[in-house]
Amino acid sequence: MNQWKNFSKGFIKENAVFVLFLGLCPTLGVTTSATNGLGMGLATTFVLVMSNLVVSLVKNLIPDKVRIPAFIVIIATFVTVVELVMKGYVPALFDALGLFIPLIVVNCVVLGRAEAFASKNTIWSSLVDGAGMGLGFTMALTVLGAVRELLGSGAFFGMKLISGDAMLLFILPPGAFLALGYLLVLANMIKEKTS
Amino acid sequence: MEYILIIISAVFVSNIVLNQFLGICPFIGVSSKVETAIGMTGAVTFVMVIATLVTYLIYHSVLVPLDIVYMRTITFILVIASLVQLVEIILKKISPPLYQALGIFLPLITTNCAVLGVAVLAVQKDFGLLESTVYAIGNAIGFGLALITFSGIREQLDLLNVPKRMKGVPIAFIVAGLMALAFMGFTGIV
Amino acid sequence: MSMVATLFVVTLVAAGLLGSVFALTKEPIRLAELKKKNEAIQVVVPGFDNVPSQEVERIFMDGDSLYLYTARLGDEVLGTAVETFTNTGFSGEFKLMVGFAPDGSIIDIAVIKHSETPGLGDKMEKGKSDFSVQFMGKHPNSFNLSVKKDRGDVDAITASTITSRAYCDAVTRAYGAFMESQKNN
Repeated sequence: MNQWKNFSKGFIKENAVFVLFLGLCPTLGVTTSATNGLGMGLATTFVLVMSNLVVSLVKNLIPDKVRIPAFIVIIATFVTVVELVMKGYVPALFDALGLFIPLIVVNCVVLGRAEAFASKNTIWSSLVDGAGMGLGFTMALTVLGAVRELLGSGAFFGMKLISGDAMLLFILPPGAFLALGYLLVLANMIKEKTS
Repeated sequence: MEYILIIISAVFVSNIVLNQFLGICPFIGVSSKVETAIGMTGAVTFVMVIATLVTYLIYHSVLVPLDIVYMRTITFILVIASLVQLVEIILKKISPPLYQALGIFLPLITTNCAVLGVAVLAVQKDFGLLESTVYAIGNAIGFGLALITFSGIREQLDLLNVPKRMKGVPIAFIVAGLMALAFMGFTGIV
Repeated sequence: MSMVATLFVVTLVAAGLLGSVFALTKEPIRLAELKKKNEAIQVVVPGFDNVPSQEVERIFMDGDSLYLYTARLGDEVLGTAVETFTNTGFSGEFKLMVGFAPDGSIIDIAVIKHSETPGLGDKMEKGKSDFSVQFMGKHPNSFNLSVKKDRGDVDAITASTITSRAYCDAVTRAYGAFMESQKNN
């Protein structure tokens, strides 16, 4: 397997958010700032890599009928690890991401990759796949977070660029939908130009 | 009276989809036809309410007393996964046509963040048993309201001349944004 | 049979792993939460040399608990920091830390946790507006803790009456707990 292609597909060709439309709940829910988007993306990437690794390791030991529940337990374990570690070492980020941290367990990207890839491929390939998809997801969330933070708070990664308020709508729920919608239009335009 | 407030808040003010961003995947994936939206809402309501009840009981009678609250995520998601399996089996026996119509969407309820989300929120907000159940029912109604309204709009959108690059998911999100904006008008009611 | 066994083994291994991670992170988590609390207490009753978070009194009120922390400088009681809450915020519950001097007047107020609307209700945070400044040095006996719209003395945040009202509700509750504690001691 061409590992470079395996890794890079998660960024553009099979980007979880812009192409596969997976993992949309956290994409909309935590991207009120670039930092939050980045934090969420990295936490998800950790879970993706670890669960892909373990699933690929034990894929031959688990009977087919219980594979989905087994994958879910494996994923949930790493999600809980992330929860506990973040709570202890980056409590501010933990508070900011809130409910969406335990919700990583139902992020369709994670279960999707475990089922579609890790259960059928080598350990190394699964690891690379997890890393690529995870980092691609992180990129999408950071970009959306940066856009919303710039337009909605006039800040970039926490540094205020203008004094006073910006277009508050963008850090509120409607703004999330609108920003993502227009970013998808942009993604479509880019897709056209490059094909 | 308080129960009415919980329901109004869950359906309109803090709508699970348009305000809390839970349940977006089915919101985008199952909303192209009103019929499937209605079927999905029914299935989700059933799973959501029972899951919230069962997870509440497990949390308060097992996890907390044994001080293993960190097992919350695992136990909750296993409960939900099992319930979905149960729904599939029951539906297959009771109403095969409905089972066929829902198809792939049934197992997808397991990954519906709204179901796990509501179960976790009910426990976080420290609701009692009855309050949690009412909260779950309210959120299921809110989910249905958003989903069914949205699918109605999308059915109409399909008949219109949408610019090529906006067709499908992008325009869906923009419409959802406008819906979310409309729902913001409900804030301050409770 | 092997299906159930496999699932059981997987869950057992998972539980074991999590048990150890939990044990490892217990201390850091406890310390992180303590740090947040201490920082809030520092803001509202500055200048103490004891550890207020270890001198805590819990008062049960309105369906939830308030925590009172005593701040001392040497033998003298500098003030009491009260961790209070309100459930009537725009987006639900939020928590404040109110610092009371021994005579009951308010030293300062800090927001501990909230989900109010950015740009509107979140102006109750110290860095975002002067809203909390009007409470400093005021005594609840002579300063009516309601918004001017409700015939009180508090200048609400523009376009955020609900948040302002909830803020007053939390401060009033804190004072109630403070008075209750004075009675008990």
